[in-house]
Amino acid sequence: MSILVNKDTKVLVQGLTGKTGTFHTEQALAYYGTQMVGGIHPKKGGETWTGTKGESLPIFATVAEAKERTGANASVIYVPPAGAADAIIEAIEAEIPFITCITEGIPVMDMVRVKARLDRSTSRLLGPNCPGIMTPEECKIGIMPGSIFRKGSVGIVSRSGTLTYEAVFQTSNEGLGQTTAVGIGGDPVKGTEFIDVLEMFLADDATTSIIMIGEIGGAAEEDAAQFLIDEAKKGRKKPMAGFIAGRTAPKGRTMGHAGAVVSGGKGDAESKIAAMERAGIRVSPSPARLGTTLVEVLKG
Amino acid sequence: MNIHEYQAKALLKTFGAPVAEGVAIFSADEAEAAAKSLPGPLYVVKSQIHAGGRGKGKFKELGPDAKGGVRLAFSIEEAKAHAKDMMGNTLVTAQTGEAGKQVNRLYIEDGADIARELYCSLLVDRSVGRVAFVVSTEGGMDIEAVAHDTPEKIHTIAIDPEAGVTDADIAAISQALELTGAAAEDAKSLFPLLYKAFNEKDMALLEVNPLIVMKDDHLRVLDAKMSFDGNAIFRHDDVKALRDETEEDAKEIEASKWDLAYVALDGNIGCMVNGAGLAMATMDIIKLYGKEPANFCDVGGGAGKEKVAAAFKIITADPKVEGILVNIFGGIMKCDVIAEGVVAAVQEVGLKVPLVVRLEGTNVELGKKILNESGLAITAADDLDDAAKKIVAAINA
Repeated sequence: MSILVNKDTKVLVQGLTGKTGTFHTEQALAYYGTQMVGGIHPKKGGETWTGTKGESLPIFATVAEAKERTGANASVIYVPPAGAADAIIEAIEAEIPFITCITEGIPVMDMVRVKARLDRSTSRLLGPNCPGIMTPEECKIGIMPGSIFRKGSVGIVSRSGTLTYEAVFQTSNEGLGQTTAVGIGGDPVKGTEFIDVLEMFLADDATTSIIMIGEIGGAAEEDAAQFLIDEAKKGRKKPMAGFIAGRTAPKGRTMGHAGAVVSGGKGDAESKIAAMERAGIRVSPSPARLGTTLVEVLKG
Repeated sequence: MNIHEYQAKALLKTFGAPVAEGVAIFSADEAEAAAKSLPGPLYVVKSQIHAGGRGKGKFKELGPDAKGGVRLAFSIEEAKAHAKDMMGNTLVTAQTGEAGKQVNRLYIEDGADIARELYCSLLVDRSVGRVAFVVSTEGGMDIEAVAHDTPEKIHTIAIDPEAGVTDADIAAISQALELTGAAAEDAKSLFPLLYKAFNEKDMALLEVNPLIVMKDDHLRVLDAKMSFDGNAIFRHDDVKALRDETEEDAKEIEASKWDLAYVALDGNIGCMVNGAGLAMATMDIIKLYGKEPANFCDVGGGAGKEKVAAAFKIITADPKVEGILVNIFGGIMKCDVIAEGVVAAVQEVGLKVPLVVRLEGTNVELGKKILNESGLAITAADDLDDAAKKIVAAINA
């Protein structure tokens, strides 16, 4: 099993015709035949997208039309920052069940507007500013490199894109592999939080262990730790390893991700690591030892 | 992006906020004319730097008994004397670090009769994804200390973006701040306009500390700290024009021209990484092996080779840098693009320090091939751990 996406997921691409959208759509099509079913472009509806290896997908003028014609149940957004929020809202209004927004650099106030729409909808948003989601050998949405994945038993959830890859790479090298890897993104206002993904991993039988990667800023890791403690009391618990990026980051400076800033004495690495350890997560001091730390946890 | 207090107040004034009259000056000679244009007889001379704690700050060049970076003056002569004392000197506050910041601008403001000092800020509360007012009756002091010692005195009121600031929100804020009479009337216009300003200008933080109740029972914005969402500056040319580059690190200014996420730090290992999380983790692992990073640098996902070369040049131009670690796990970022950018930069500016490169992910084989065939003295690393060990060893050698 897996969470959120599998071989039956049918994906639309908003921003297909751009360079980034084209490159990653080609990669997705080449990855175990991920079902990419169409692209959206308001002025190019009716045309056909052609990849560099001759792949082709129909282009529709609106998400609603594309959903109607293709039966899509997911969408991935590569639209540039200034138009990305409107692209998400269009997908919400078309009632796409699962929307992934890769775009980095969306103004926070735009995401506040999106969040209000999202809260009144049935759609789930992953991101923005995230690498997407992958279920090995079934479905690749977003920009994660497919070559490092291996089908297996570890559920991975991370705020950081490239650290997601580290966790995937290391669990593959340890022979564990992944059920699904989810990058929730580094922005302060986003669609899916740690708790949402952890809930799904706890419920997924194929996921027998979990890696959670957080970073400085906000209180999402502390909230997730409390969630895990509460679930453990109900008997729901899986072996976990973790990492928090930004231990050495100076206070008050934003570290690239708009969400990664320690301010008001809140959101520092030590508080997050302590909370995660209280929840039974073994937190690796080194980002290079995520895989080996999980192996140690599994050995008991 | 941060702006100065006087700029923030001028901006708030355009939205109708009650602020005192004041004049910004760029040389001490302008102090007399500035003070004369104000009603008097009480003036406040305020250092304009991008850091808090100015009142309790000390000037490096003046003795330990000299007054701080915010001073009261009871006459035009006194205002002139303060301006002369402060302008051009280096103010060290709890937030500037030991180096302090040179005061190049002063703000001379009309004094106010203060009855009560309150705290009011607006920010995006990420736990609910909404703009929230954070208010407290304990204004004028370090709010972090208030939050730590008496958290019950801090009230957070989140605003529904589709409803805006409602009467109920205003009542909740006014109650938290114990506003009555004229102050409660003022609140009905002040809080919605602060929210409007925050929204329209895409602010990241608007902090009014203190917000004062004057002796005549009216509200006034006595201090204002404003920072803006860097991702939204593209749609606010008026805000962009307020940027004061003398307040920023030269390397960070150059980096921002290339849209690089770069933060100058104190160590000696230069880092170039893709992804903010991996960039922070790279700093962490350098520290784990006993060294300090010279910078945080995230070249981002979609960088071309010119941007990579620019980043590399900024890092090599830092005289503190004794070694460089390039750590790339390509997703959007293709390893061959990174390799080409590094090679191009080295060929242009040379390489005087050890360079360790770790490449993984999209197009990794192609990237490694480009580095190998470049003939440059680059140490390849297999993984992040190996890379950190190798750069630390190279520096210690």
